[in-house]
Amino acid sequence: MNTPAPETPAPPLEIHDLTVAYQRRPVLWGVDLVVPPGKLVGIIGPNGAGKSTLIKACMGVVPIAGGWVRIFGSPLGRAHRRVGYVPQRESVDWDFPVNVMDLVLMGRYGKLGLFRRPSRADRDIARDCLEKVGMLPYANRQIANLSGGQQQRVFLARALAQESDLYFMDEPFAGVDAATEAAIVTLLHELRDRGRTILVVHHDLPTARNYFDMLLLLNLRRVAFGPTDEVFTYELLQKTYGGRLTILSEVAEAVRQRG
Amino acid sequence: MNCPSLTAEPWRLRSHPWFTALLLLLFLLALAFAPSAEAAKIGELSVNSVRTQALRFLSLQDPAVRYALAGSVLLGISCGLLGAFLVVRRLALVGDALSHAVLPGVAAGFLWSQTKDPVAIFIGAVIAGLLGTLVVEGIKQTTRLKEDAALGLVLAGFYAVGICLVTMIQRLPTGAKSGIDKFLFGQAAAIGPGDLKLMAAVAFVAIATVLAFYKELLVASFDPAFARSAGFPVRAIHYALMLLLAFAVVSALQAVGVVLVSAMLITPAAAAYLLTDRMHRMLLLAAGIGLVSGALGCFLSFLGSNLPTGPLMVLSGSTLFAGAFLFAPRHGVVTRWWLHRSRSGRIRRENTLKTVYRILEDRQFHGDGVTFRELAERRRETMEDAECQARELVRHNFASLHSVDRTILLTPDGRQRAVELVRNHRLWELYLTHAAHIPADHVHEDAERIEHVLGEDVVRELERRLNYADTDPHGRPIPTPNAVHAAGPSEPDRRPPAGYGR
Repeated sequence: MNTPAPETPAPPLEIHDLTVAYQRRPVLWGVDLVVPPGKLVGIIGPNGAGKSTLIKACMGVVPIAGGWVRIFGSPLGRAHRRVGYVPQRESVDWDFPVNVMDLVLMGRYGKLGLFRRPSRADRDIARDCLEKVGMLPYANRQIANLSGGQQQRVFLARALAQESDLYFMDEPFAGVDAATEAAIVTLLHELRDRGRTILVVHHDLPTARNYFDMLLLLNLRRVAFGPTDEVFTYELLQKTYGGRLTILSEVAEAVRQRG
Repeated sequence: MNCPSLTAEPWRLRSHPWFTALLLLLFLLALAFAPSAEAAKIGELSVNSVRTQALRFLSLQDPAVRYALAGSVLLGISCGLLGAFLVVRRLALVGDALSHAVLPGVAAGFLWSQTKDPVAIFIGAVIAGLLGTLVVEGIKQTTRLKEDAALGLVLAGFYAVGICLVTMIQRLPTGAKSGIDKFLFGQAAAIGPGDLKLMAAVAFVAIATVLAFYKELLVASFDPAFARSAGFPVRAIHYALMLLLAFAVVSALQAVGVVLVSAMLITPAAAAYLLTDRMHRMLLLAAGIGLVSGALGCFLSFLGSNLPTGPLMVLSGSTLFAGAFLFAPRHGVVTRWWLHRSRSGRIRRENTLKTVYRILEDRQFHGDGVTFRELAERRRETMEDAECQARELVRHNFASLHSVDRTILLTPDGRQRAVELVRNHRLWELYLTHAAHIPADHVHEDAERIEHVLGEDVVRELERRLNYADTDPHGRPIPTPNAVHAAGPSEPDRRPPAGYGR
């Protein structure tokens, strides 16, 4: 393990030889990645390629089987406050008894200490974030009464309220209307222009080309990572989505069966 | 829309959720006294002795009564409060499994101390309960079985062991009169000073934990992955909650019994869930409903000369739940029915209003009054129906009745609303034929429904998109509310002749 040199600032995200397994079945194999600051990075790959797993492992939401993750040079446990997260919309129960404001305020919780309640300043920040995503008029609405696009905007507002330097977003464009998608893209570009680093799990190949500065092509392992122009090639995409890597999943299956 | 007396009704209900809660309380009080006659039959008591029993209970002079009541109230609060987290996390069955899994621990604690020592039983039960939840986790993680099967296995298995142990204890020479059987169905009267101290401690810990760690519990319950990413120890929070639940279940065992204690976790919380949309209010309500069910169950059990307390508490809780189910301000079945009814009443009224306007329009606004006969003929109803409809309009200030020649005269409000409705109808028809290219003879039914719900800003938008057209697809004029006020019935010539048909 080599630590980054002291004179250069540590990259927002550094992953070395990361392996993640669910019930002994590896879903990510030896991923290496160094993400430079101030970039909007798309994570692209077929279903089951481990895209969500990768970002969850980076934040410590799923356990790591091997390798390490550093965020701004420090191990995960000490970097939580610099990380923001937009989970998949379906991952929560939208009938939960909270309103939009309550949900966005949760973005502030990580910054508060034990026994501390959100202050007036936290509420102001939450209100600003709601305004940025155009959801301020809905602040007092029960979250069950929101449309899919509105739910996604509220999730985004919560992440903005985290005021983080590094963001992970899990399919923020899934099932949202065109207007919401455009609004989210604008917001992501604004964040990037203010020096934030954003990793977005993305499903749609045609739009990926226009949205992101860099792309990570992933299928159980890293296929390619680099500026969009260089990586978005027929050959590499074929390699990501085509059948050549099936041997890996067969090995994974064999490992699982041997137990 | 613009009709204040109509929109006021749902608001009045929504802004007073406490009104509903109060009603519920009264209903329960009534219920508390209603079964007295029934209880007399069960306990073979005369009405008089029921009254003396009630007085004895309510005067709180008997220390046993005080212990029983205080214990029931405390267990209601802690179970309601913690149960709320089970319900929102969809872990209701975990509560059930936990409560059954504690029984072998109760028996083991009894065997170890050889008496009904509250502390020994408490420790044994908590250990057994946690062991139960760990086994559930273990089955879930090491096999392909899902949570429901794992819970079912553990619940039944632990409970069976417990029943065997309890039966063995009852066969022991010391066990026969021990009262261990009371742990099955619960007996509040058996609560002693030691039990009460334990219950107070558990209630205190539960309340203090929820107050101190509210935000952690909230975020870990709503979105565990997000909470973990923000650095919250979600797993530790989960196990802390399970430990607290085990405490609450065990402290409630004496009064409610193993079989039904999970109902005290779920029922008050489920009722509270229906009553509000905010977590902190739900916690308060759940604790409150738990308190009332506990106290009420204890009271009823005392009236019925020591009927098992557990079932009575659960019945009280279920009654409260039924009240919430029927009358909750937003989700209640009766409330929704009532709102629906008032809405269909409004639609009927508005249709009458529209008919009156159409009759006036057809005679190009010559004369102001519409007779009952005209209304009845146009609507193909009887004269009685028409009169009834007309009186409905009068009651809502949309019309006045001329008593001599039996005619209906629209008030300015009524005329305004009628014009709005006709405009909405014809605008929508025009929009459907223009924008959606639906044939003109297909759009009437749709417009009949939509005219009652179009808001002013939508109407503006429609008018803009239709270039402020003034004729509908059937060639009839689209009126504007202001023009009618200005022009009124005295200027009929401005309008083109009326269309055809109805």
